[in-house]
Amino acid sequence: MNAAGFPLLSLVTFLPLAGAFIILMVRGDEATVASNARWTALWTSLITLALSLILWARFDKGTAEFQFVERLAWLPEYGVAYHMGVDGISVLFILLSTLLTPICILASWESVQSRVREYMVAFLVLESMMVGMFAALDFVLFYIFFEAVLIPMFLIIGVWGGARRVYAAFKFFLYTLAGSLLMLLALLAMWFHAGTTDIPTLMQTAFPYQMQIWLFLAFFVSFAVKVPMWPVHTWLPDAHVEAPTAGSVILAGVLLKMGAYGFLRFSVPMLPQASADFAPLIFSLSVVAIVYTSLVALAQEDMKKLIAYSSVAHMGIVTLGIFTFTHQGISGALFTMLSHGVVSGALFLCVGVLYDRVHSREIARYGGVAKIMPAYALIFMLFTMASVALPGTAGFPGELLVIVGAFKVNPWVALGATMGMVLGAAYMLYLYRRVAFGRVTRDDLRSLLDLSPREVAVFAPLILLTLWMGVYPSSFLDFFEASVAAMVTRHEAALGAARLAGM
Amino acid sequence: MYVGAIFFPLLGACLAGFLGRWLGDKGSQWVTVACMALAAACGFGAFLQVALGSAPGVVPIVTFLDVGGFEVEWALRYDTLSVVMVAMVTFISTLIHIYSVGYMSHDATTPRFFAYLSLFTFMMLMLVTADNLVQLFFGWEGVGLASYLLIGYWYEKDSANAAAMKAFIVNRVGDVFFMLGLVLTFWTFQSVEFETIFASVAQAQQVRFLGLPALEVIGVLLFLGACGKSAQLGLHTWLPDAMEGPTPVSALIHAATMVTAGVFLMARMSPVMEYAPTALAIVAIVGASTALFAATIGCVQNDIKRIIAYSTCSQLGYMFFAAGVGVYQAAIFHLFTHAFFKALLFLGAGSVIHAMSDEQDIRRMGGIWRKIPVTYAMIWIGSLALAGMPFFAGYYSKDMVLEVAYAAHSGPGMYAFVLGLLAAFLTAFYSWRLIILTFHGEARADHHTMEHVHESPLVMLVPLFALAAGAVVTGFLFYPLMVGEQQAAFWGASIHTAAHNHVLEHAHHVPAWVPLAPVVVGLAGIALAYVMYMFAPGLPAQLAARFPAVYRFLLNKWYFDELYDAIFVRPARWLARAFWKTGDARIIDGVPNGAADLAVQAARGAVRIQTGRVANYAFAMIIGLVLFVTLLLYGAR
Repeated sequence: MNAAGFPLLSLVTFLPLAGAFIILMVRGDEATVASNARWTALWTSLITLALSLILWARFDKGTAEFQFVERLAWLPEYGVAYHMGVDGISVLFILLSTLLTPICILASWESVQSRVREYMVAFLVLESMMVGMFAALDFVLFYIFFEAVLIPMFLIIGVWGGARRVYAAFKFFLYTLAGSLLMLLALLAMWFHAGTTDIPTLMQTAFPYQMQIWLFLAFFVSFAVKVPMWPVHTWLPDAHVEAPTAGSVILAGVLLKMGAYGFLRFSVPMLPQASADFAPLIFSLSVVAIVYTSLVALAQEDMKKLIAYSSVAHMGIVTLGIFTFTHQGISGALFTMLSHGVVSGALFLCVGVLYDRVHSREIARYGGVAKIMPAYALIFMLFTMASVALPGTAGFPGELLVIVGAFKVNPWVALGATMGMVLGAAYMLYLYRRVAFGRVTRDDLRSLLDLSPREVAVFAPLILLTLWMGVYPSSFLDFFEASVAAMVTRHEAALGAARLAGM
Repeated sequence: MYVGAIFFPLLGACLAGFLGRWLGDKGSQWVTVACMALAAACGFGAFLQVALGSAPGVVPIVTFLDVGGFEVEWALRYDTLSVVMVAMVTFISTLIHIYSVGYMSHDATTPRFFAYLSLFTFMMLMLVTADNLVQLFFGWEGVGLASYLLIGYWYEKDSANAAAMKAFIVNRVGDVFFMLGLVLTFWTFQSVEFETIFASVAQAQQVRFLGLPALEVIGVLLFLGACGKSAQLGLHTWLPDAMEGPTPVSALIHAATMVTAGVFLMARMSPVMEYAPTALAIVAIVGASTALFAATIGCVQNDIKRIIAYSTCSQLGYMFFAAGVGVYQAAIFHLFTHAFFKALLFLGAGSVIHAMSDEQDIRRMGGIWRKIPVTYAMIWIGSLALAGMPFFAGYYSKDMVLEVAYAAHSGPGMYAFVLGLLAAFLTAFYSWRLIILTFHGEARADHHTMEHVHESPLVMLVPLFALAAGAVVTGFLFYPLMVGEQQAAFWGASIHTAAHNHVLEHAHHVPAWVPLAPVVVGLAGIALAYVMYMFAPGLPAQLAARFPAVYRFLLNKWYFDELYDAIFVRPARWLARAFWKTGDARIIDGVPNGAADLAVQAARGAVRIQTGRVANYAFAMIIGLVLFVTLLLYGAR
C-alpha cells in the first residue's frame, strides 16, 4: 500500500499531537513542568523529523503519482475519505515543516519563560496541522487542517506576542478566516458537482467554464490572503512584528507557503481555463507586490517589519512563477518557496538573537554589531545575501527559474520581477549596514555576547541548507521534476481540449 | 591542475576565514599567500598547456540544475581566452596578497582581509572559467559580493559603507540586464552552454524578439550588464567611490581584474556579438565616450587613488571600443597589459599613501621623490606604460586599440579613434600632473608627516618590481601572440572572428601616422603637464578662475551623482514612505479598519435605541405597523 510499509504520513502527522498530550499530562511545580515540556517537545519534534526523513530517502522521484498513500473510508456515503499521500509538490514542504519545528522549539528555549507548557503544546499542535495539511488528499480533510493551523498560530501571537499582540492576532485571524469561508463555499460547490471530495478525482474532473470562474475567485480570495498577495498583505507585517521569534519563523517558513500550495494543488490543476484567464491579473498583482513592498521595506524602521515586507515581495515571485504555467516557472516557484522558508526563517532567527539580548527591534537602536558579535555578523551576512538571491545561495536558483519562465510568457513581466533584484539588494544591505556596520555608539551594546552553542545549533542546519540549495539545487529540484512536468502537460492538454470544444 | 588553479584560493579563503582565530594573523597571511602561489603555479601550468600547447578542454563537475530543458552544469572551461585570464588573475593576485602582508600589517582583523581577498580571487576564476552563462553569473555576482565586502572593509567608516552599498546596488542594476540577456539567450538557443550557443548562432540569426533581431537584443543586454561591472558611462559612478577600500583591493579588484569582467564577457560572447552589428556599434560608442569622459574628470581630481580610478574607467573604455569594432583580441591584449601597469600604479600609490601617513590628497604632498626613490621610479614606469610611451607595455596595446578603431573604417570606429586620441592626450597629462604634484615641488605636508616619510618594506616592494617588469615586457612579449601574426593560432576557437571581419588585418596596414599619433599626443600631454605644474604653477588656478563653470563641472564629475540622486534615490525614498504611510497604513489598512469602526458605530447606535422605556418601544411598533400595513395595501392593489 505504500513504500514505507506502515502508515508513515499519519504517524508523522499525529506524533506531535501525542507529544502534546504527554506534555499536558505532566504535573509538578512550574520549573519542572517547563523543563519537561521543553525536552518532550524537542524530542517529539526530533523523532518526527527523523521519521519524515524516510520520505526523503524512499520517495520515488521518477513518478508524478501520489505516494505513501493511505486511505480509510470516513463518510463513504458523502464521498469523503481519510486520504493521505504526497507527490513531488508536497513532499518537501512536509520536510520543511518537520525541520523548522525543532529549530523553533530550540530557539524558544530561553526566550519563552511564561506558560512554557502551553507554548510547547501549541507548537506541536501547529506542526501536526501543518504536516496534515500538506499530506491531505481529501478536500474536507485539507480544509480541516488548513483552518486548524490558524488556531495555534492565533494563540502563539496573541498570548506570547509583543505589545500590540491582540490587535495583530485578530487581524491575522479575521483576514485569513474571511478568505477561508469562500473556500468552504467553493468546496461545497465542487462536492455538489463531482459528488466527491477526493483531490486526485477532482483533478480529473472537468468543471464547466462558468463554474471555474466562480470557483477560481473563491479560491483566489482565500489563497491570496494566505500568500499574502498585494493588496491583502498588511496583516503579515503586523503579525510578524508582534509574534514571538519562533512564531515568525513558522509563519514565514511554512504558513506563507499554504496559499501558494493551494494555488498549485487546487486552482491550477482543477481550474485550468480560469487560471489561464486570470493569469494577467495575477502577474500584475505579483509585479506590484514585488516593486511596492520592496519599496515599503526600504522605509522600515523595525527589523521584523522589514523582513516581513521582503517576504511579501518574495511571495510575489512565487505567484508569478506559478501562473506562468511553464516548467521552469513552476519549479522556480516551488524552489523559491522552499528557499524562502529556510532563509526568511533564518533571518527572523537573526533578529531574534538581537531581540533576546537587547529587547528592541528598532534598527536605529543598533549599529556596529559586527565588531561585537563577529560570528553572528557572518551568519547574518550569509542569510542577507541569500535573501537578495546571490548565486551560490538558496535564493538564486528559484528566482532565476521564475524569471526564465516569466520571460517566455511576457518579457515585461520578467523585467518587473528583476526590479526586485535591485530593490531587494537595496533594502537588505541598508538593513545590514545600519545594524551590523558603523561605529558602536551605544555602550550597552558593547557587552553583548556572541552566539551561544545553542544558537549555533539552531543556525547550523539552516546554514547548511542555504549553501546546499544554492550550490547543488538539483538534489531538491529532482523531487518535483516529474510532478511539475505532469502538471504542465495536463494544463496544456486541458487548455487545448477547451479550445477545441470552443471551436 | 585545472581544478587546483580555481579551488586553492577558495581553500585559502576558508582557512583564513573560519580558522583565522586559531591560525593567528601571521598564519592566515601566509596560508592564503601559499594557496595563491599554488594556484598561480597551476595557472601558469595551465597556460603553457592550453594556450601554448593548444589543448583546450572542459572539466565537468556536477549538474547544477536541469528543469524542463533548462540545463546548467558546473564545469571549468579551459580555452586560450580563459587561461590567459586565469594565469593573469592568479599571478597578480599572488603579488597583491604578498604586498598586503606589508600594507595591512597594522590592521586589526588581518585574517578577514585575506579571506576576502582569496574569496574574490576564487570568484573571479569561476567567472573566467565558466562554461555557461549561469556559472558566469555566479562568478559575476560573487566578485560583486567580494568587492562589496572589501570596499566596506573598514566598516566603522560611514563613507566606506555608503560606497560599498553603492557599488553593490549599481552593479545589480547592470545585473538585471545581464539576467535578462541570459534568459533571452536561453529562449533563443534553448541552452545557456557556450558550446551549444556558439554552434547554433547561424540558425539564431533569423530569430526575432519584440520585432528586433534577438542576437542584437542579447548583445545590448549583455553589454548593459557589462557596463555595470566595468563602470562604463552611466553605470560608472560606483568605481571612484570604491576607492574607500584598502589600496591593495583597489589594485586587484578595481583595476586589474574584476572591472575587466565586462570586457571578458564581450570577448567570450564574440561568436554572438559578431552577428550583432548594431550592438557592437553601441559598444564602440559607449566605450569611446567613457574613455574621454573619465579622462576629463581625471584631470581635475585631487585624490591620488581617484585619479587612478578614473584612469581605469577610461582605459576600460578603450577595451570596450576595441571589442566594439570587432577586434576582441586587441581588447583582451590591452586588458592583459593594463592589469600589470594599473596594478603597479595602484600599489605604487599605496606605497606613497603608506609613506605619507595615510594622506591621499595630492595637494598636500610634494617634494618627496628623494625620500622614496623606489616608489617614485615604479610610478614612473607605470605612468610611462599607461601613457603608451614606446616600448612599454601600454605602447603596444593602446596603439593596437587605436589602430583597429581607425582600421574599422566605420562611423563608430572613427568616433572611437578621435575620442581615443583625445583621451590619450589627457591620460598623459593627468598622469604627469599626478607625478609632479605628488613627488616634486615643495613639500606641502605638515612637518610631522614629512619626518615620517619612509620607503616601504621589502615585502611591498618585491611585488612592485614584478609588476614593473610586467609593465615593461608584456606588451613586447605578447604582441605577436595576441594580436600579431600568430594570433589566429594562439586564440584558436576561443575568440571568434566572423568571415566578414577583417579589421585586425587592416589594422596592420594603416597609414604610418596612425601608430605615431598616440605617442605624439602623449608627449604633448606630458609636456603640458610640465608646463602647467612644474614651470608655471600658477596657471592651473588661473584657468580654473577663468572657466569656473567648466572646472566645477569636471570637479563634480559631470554631476552624475547629483543627477542620480535626484531622479532615482530621492524619488525611491519618497515613494517608499508614500506607499508605506499612505498606501498601506491609510488605504489598505484603512478599509478593514474603517469597516470595523463602522460596525462598532452601528452597534453603538443600536445600543442607543434600546432605552428600556416601554413607551418608546410601543411608538416604534406603531410606526412599524403603519409602514407594514401601507406596504401590504400597496402590494395588494
